[in-house]
This record gives sequence, C-alpha cells and structure tokens, in this order.
Amino acid sequence: MIINGVSIDKTFAEAFPMKATRAIITAQNEKWALISAQAMTGFATSVIACGCEAGIERLLTPEETPDGRPGVAVMIFAMGGKGLAKQLETRAGQCVLTSPTSALFAGISGGKPIPLGKNLRYFGDGFQIAKKIGGKRYWRVPVMDGEFLSEATTSMVEAVGGGNFLVLAESQPQALAACEAAIEEMRKIPNVIMPFPGGVVRSGSKVGSKYPALGASTNDAFCPTLKGVTKTDLSPDIESVMEIVIDGLSKEDIDKAMRAGIQAICDLGAANGIKRISAGNYGGKLGPFHFHLQEIMA
Amino acid sequence: MSALTFTVKRRLEQRVDLSPLVCQKLQNLDIDQIAAIELQNGKRKIRVDELFSLSGTDTQDLVIDGSYDKLDFIGKELDGGSITVDGDVGAYLALGMKTGTIKVSGSTGIYAACEMKNGFLQIDGDVGDFLGGALPGNKQGMKGGSILVKGNAGSRVGDHMRRGQILIEGNAGDYCGSRMLAGTIAVMGNTGRFLGYAMRRGTLLLWNQPQLSANFNDCGSHTLAFLPILFTSFKSLNSRFADDSVAFNRVQRYGGDMAETGQGEILVKI
Repeated sequence: MIINGVSIDKTFAEAFPMKATRAIITAQNEKWALISAQAMTGFATSVIACGCEAGIERLLTPEETPDGRPGVAVMIFAMGGKGLAKQLETRAGQCVLTSPTSALFAGISGGKPIPLGKNLRYFGDGFQIAKKIGGKRYWRVPVMDGEFLSEATTSMVEAVGGGNFLVLAESQPQALAACEAAIEEMRKIPNVIMPFPGGVVRSGSKVGSKYPALGASTNDAFCPTLKGVTKTDLSPDIESVMEIVIDGLSKEDIDKAMRAGIQAICDLGAANGIKRISAGNYGGKLGPFHFHLQEIMA
Repeated sequence: MSALTFTVKRRLEQRVDLSPLVCQKLQNLDIDQIAAIELQNGKRKIRVDELFSLSGTDTQDLVIDGSYDKLDFIGKELDGGSITVDGDVGAYLALGMKTGTIKVSGSTGIYAACEMKNGFLQIDGDVGDFLGGALPGNKQGMKGGSILVKGNAGSRVGDHMRRGQILIEGNAGDYCGSRMLAGTIAVMGNTGRFLGYAMRRGTLLLWNQPQLSANFNDCGSHTLAFLPILFTSFKSLNSRFADDSVAFNRVQRYGGDMAETGQGEILVKI
C-alpha cells in the first residue's frame, strides 16, 4: 500500500491490556491547570521504568468541568490495578494537591472505584471535611492557599496500551515534522494519550537485551547508524526513524488515533521526505491486540 | 395506570397513624384489601375506607388528597415509590424514610424527616420543630437524602443530623443545626438563637448574617471551591435554590462549636 508516495508496511503493531483512569484537574485559570497536569503526567512515558504511562488528553472549558473553572483531562495507564491506584495517589498528592488553586475530580465512571482524594484527605490532619453532593463524595482539605477540593474516587477501567507506528524519513528534521503533524491530529481523538515527550519516541525499543538485567533495549533494526552492522530493517535512503506510541481506552480508540496520525503524515507525503510507515512488531509475543496498518488505512 | 388516590372524606377529631399506607406495604394488594387496612385513630382502629375514598391503582404512586394536620406518620420508612400530599400533614412525616419521594403542598407538624435515611422530601409550606432530627433519646438524626422546605422551619432543625442536606427557603427557628454530627443545612431566610449549638461537624450555609454565640470563631472570608458544585446540584430542584442569582462561592467562615470539637462551620454569604 502506498499513500501519497509513502509506503505502508504490511505489518502490525502489538499492544497489550492495561488498566486506565482519567482525572480532571481544574484551577483558577488554564495556565495553572496545565502546570498541575504537566507535573502529574511527568516522568510517565513508559511502564518499563516509570510505573505508569500518563498524558494530557485535552483541555476542558469551564462549562465542561465540575466546578466551572478551566480544566485539563489527564489519563493514566498501568499494567495492574494496584499499581495504577498507587501511581494515581502519589501523583495526585505530590503534583495536584501541591499546585496552587487546583481541584481534582473523577474523569471517568462505570469501572471499579479507586481512591482519588480518599486518602489525600489525611493531609488535612483532622480538619478535612467530607461533602456528599449529588451522590458523589468530595473532600475539602484545608491548605495554605485556601482549600483543596477533591472527589473521593475515580474509576479504573480496562484499556489497551502500546499501540504504535514508526515514521521512516530521509532526514531527522523531516521525521520530526511528520510526527508533529501526526500528534496534532491525534490529540483531537478522545480517549487516547501519546505518553512520550511531545508524543514522540526517538528511542523505540525491542524486547530483551544482551545484558541480562535489561528487559528492553534499542531497536537496532530501525537504528539508521547501524544499517551496515546489524540485521537492519531500513533501506539506504532512510536516515531517521521516530515512533508514536498510543494508549487508549479501547482498541477502536487506538485505531482512530493511528489512522488520524498516519493520514496526517501521508498528507505530507514523499515530497517531504517521508518514505515508509511501519510498526513495532514483535512476532505476537508482546500482546494480544494487533493493529494492522494496511487495514487501518484501508 | 393512575395514581392510587386517598381522598379524605371527613376530618376526624383524633389523630390518625397512616404508617401502613406506604408504597412497599401496598404492593400486590388490590383495592379491597387496601380499603380494609386498619389505621390507628386515637385509641381505636378504623378502616382506610372510613377515612378515605379510594381511586386509582398504582400503588407506587400514592396521592393523599385533602390532607389535614392530624394525619401522622405519612411515608414512614418509605422504601421506594412516591407519595404526593395535597394539604397539611401531622407529625412524623417521612420518619425513617429509606428511599423514594414525598411532596407535601401544605405544612407539617413536628419531627418531619426524623431519622430519614435517603430519598427526597419537599414541603411547600412550613415545618414544625426537629426537622431531620433524632427521636428523643436517639443519638443520630437524618442520615441521608435531601429535604426542601419552601416555607419556614421550627426549632432544632437537623438536631443530631448525621448526613444529607436540608434546604430551607424561609426562616429557621432557634437551635438550628444543634448537636449536628455532619451534613449540610442551608437557610435562605433568617435563623434564630443558639445557631449550631453543640454541633460537632457539618455545614450551616446562610444567606443572612446570624446572631452567633460566643462558641463560634471567625475564620475569615474565603472563596470555597465546593460551593459551585453544591449549587449546581440544586439545579434540578423546583426551588429558589436552583436560581443562579442566589448562588455564591464567597463566604465568611465561622468555626465551631468550640465547646465541642470545633469542626463544624457556619458559612455566611458575603
């Protein structure tokens, strides 16, 4: 399959089941809601070493938030429910509770409840106040700038992590420009996050390593500087490869995001140095969800 | 299916206990069986059809038409369904109500919504003392649900209240929120003496500056983030509480009762 001169590999991305949650952070203005959200979703690019994958899903208008202030929806993904709950609590406690004027609310319902402000309330040292409003429990924790308001729980749902595709380009700037265009479109798709810095990974990994202590290592088949010394997957004209990783609430959400991203890249086309779109395929060893690129773009 | 309507035929001199006439007890009974239910009337028992004429069939949607102030225990331990009352009611309205809806067009006597557990109660007129309170000797009053009063409330509103919310469009009498354990009482009108007497936790939300006892300390003026959420939750009510113009998030906060734990609060609109 070739779209606008860009070859779409007959391959598939592999993804695996994860647990996910969404929280809504509000603040006095969008600037401070974003600061809090960026802090909360920092150092959360990969479960390999961060404990979770997290990202900002989108900005919310005051009409969309529970307290009528500007807000940000953040999503956190982890391999298990216990780990997710721990990450959520730690990050909410260190990054949202501490952030000026912030408030924290559940952003998803229907799954298993997990603590949001339920345990953060103890920071109030006995001065905290519970309020049950419209069937939901909130905690008011006195803090130095006033009160930190947090919904007691949010929900944990089944999700899919690790959807991905690779962008193979003639140069590094062209690869990055294509990824930026893709991310801009993918951020319009609900229920997904791209957890890596700016949504883009330049150090895609393969499973395993020559060093026994490491579970993952550089994807040498896609490293352009190793074209002559390893079993490469790159043609001579490829000088740079970048990857976009997608976590979503369902396979369908990731399908939509991949299609939007790949289409944006193909719109730039071969004229802008984009040669191929491929995907992280580990022979089916990594996970049960397979995203076939050519089917997605059909 | 039309509402099962109990229309008062004549006003009896003695008080009547209407606790048998709740939706869950009438379920699966036909109209003849319902008419034969015995009600306590003073020291004697009367049949339902001695007091009421009956019409309609829906036992989950009850209407009491022509009610008056000697009909006690309406909606006692109601567990689902709705009761609509046209007129005044006596004491113990919605006593221990578990869930469901009760609406009263007139006024009520004492102990309305006493030890209510959940559900929604609306009273268009005035209410007597101990609204949402505890029965004498008991340590916990209302434990959940919502009460809307469009008129005035008597003394001891929310006495020993444990959870839930009481919204009063008019005035509240003395000892409003006394011995309160938690929950929210909002009063748009004026409040009487000894506001929040011995309250341990909970919130008294006021539109007008009250006469405060020395046991409440001024904590300053604040913008509180939970108030917009609280007012948004009132939007579905047929009430002045649903009106945007009455909402606020800036309050003077008084903490108390300092003779207790001091974890209660009186929030006054500024």
